[in-house]
Amino acid sequence: MAQLLTVEGISKEFNVRGKKVLALDSLALGMDHGEFVTVVGPSGCGKSTLLNLVVGLLPPSAGRIVFRGRAVNGINPEIGYVTQKDNLLPWRTLIENVELSLEIRGVEKSVRRRRAEELIDRVGLNGFEEHYPHELSGGMRQRANIIRTLIYDPELILMDEPFGPLDAQTRIVLQDQLLKLWSANRKTILFITHDLIEAITLADRVIVMTSRPGRVKHIAAVPIPRPRDVYQIHTSREFQEVYERLWRELRPEVIMTEV
Amino acid sequence: MISRGRLFLYRLLFGLLLLALWELTSGRLIDPFWISSPSRVSVYLWQVISDGSIFGHLAITLYETFTGFFIGALAGISSGFVLARRETLAQILDPYIVAFNGIPRIALAPLFIIWFGIGPNSKVILVVIVVFFLTFFNTFSGVKGVDIELKNILRVMGASERQILFKVTIPSTIPWVTTGLKISVPYALVGAVVGEFIAASKGLGYLINYNTSLFSTTGALGGILVLALVVVLCNEVINRAEAYLLRWRPREEVRTERELF
Repeated sequence: MAQLLTVEGISKEFNVRGKKVLALDSLALGMDHGEFVTVVGPSGCGKSTLLNLVVGLLPPSAGRIVFRGRAVNGINPEIGYVTQKDNLLPWRTLIENVELSLEIRGVEKSVRRRRAEELIDRVGLNGFEEHYPHELSGGMRQRANIIRTLIYDPELILMDEPFGPLDAQTRIVLQDQLLKLWSANRKTILFITHDLIEAITLADRVIVMTSRPGRVKHIAAVPIPRPRDVYQIHTSREFQEVYERLWRELRPEVIMTEV
Repeated sequence: MISRGRLFLYRLLFGLLLLALWELTSGRLIDPFWISSPSRVSVYLWQVISDGSIFGHLAITLYETFTGFFIGALAGISSGFVLARRETLAQILDPYIVAFNGIPRIALAPLFIIWFGIGPNSKVILVVIVVFFLTFFNTFSGVKGVDIELKNILRVMGASERQILFKVTIPSTIPWVTTGLKISVPYALVGAVVGEFIAASKGLGYLINYNTSLFSTTGALGGILVLALVVVLCNEVINRAEAYLLRWRPREEVRTERELF
């Protein structure tokens, strides 16, 4: 079967104050249906740029992106995008934010309300439906950000460090919830993080990127069976092995960025 | 935080204190010819209210203020929206808008009277000009300041440009528009009254001007008091409308509490 997504040697150049900066350099990767892939790399390696290219917000300078056998050209509404900043509409209540995409698609009010309530329930936000974003904690807002993307059931979901701004405990709880949501309907997820533990905990495969210009440096499968216990997983031997292997690849890149 | 009832009480006490000081000063330290007194003003107001003569003036001034306010706000908000979304047009018009806005409104008032007569029309036009610029600039910056990420999120969800306009651009511009409207109200009233000062045969501005020309400080201060009351009432109405429209925004206390804990 053909892959759901293939990124074929894309490069992206930006003009920063008259100077050309290469953010991504002939990056290639492929994703199968239902796969959970995480991408780790040093900060500034072009991870977010990669997602902006895949979703079609930016055109690549070279190369192409093929989604379901067709080259991506402009924004693709079959791809969901969970940004690092929650980007909830501040004038809408939690439930109105979750319903937004269905509203755009013209889904009937009672149907979208029911779908939204169901998802709100699944991530334990019940009781907060009528709260405005400023009345919610960072973790609650990020949960809302994720379920408002899940609600319209995009084939591929991109996640840009969605748990980055959260504290360590909240992160683990949300990782657990994300895995449960994902195993319920097995959508394809491309998840970016700078946290190697998070990358291994969640993924079927982990991709390590080089420092700028970003390229794929290494790809490792994570042979840990599912369902996984996110609270315990890092103590297992398989985890340690994968972690050490990936860290050996990632370390020089991180150090290069520091210098 | 002070309770609402207490706040009202303290405000009332402060007002009574000012009136008492005024009453005591008048006739003891300063000749009432210059500053009248609360008792004299009350008698005057009672008289113009009971014979109904004040209402005609009040009605004219309110008519000029609100007709001008609505036309000016509508024109200002729509121009702000259009220009913020038409980059080139905005650039072409920019120096003209700045120049026109720089003209003191009071300099235009006599011209408007020449063009539109001494009736309410010339004052309405003056108010329109005043309100137009205040709402225009606010709306313009509001539309310019819409978060591009929010728009992109909706694009990714498959929203049309029209849906983005109604679901992102307009709601996120509302705080700016309400600010524009809020500051416009007192200016609109001032515009109408200034117009009446220059030439009119009716209106609160005319009444104040007329009483001043007769050296009746009681009449002038009475008119000014009515004007002040109108401003306070309008402000109250706008504050409530704003609180309703912007109920999604964090209030100041909520924000500081978050930072502390």
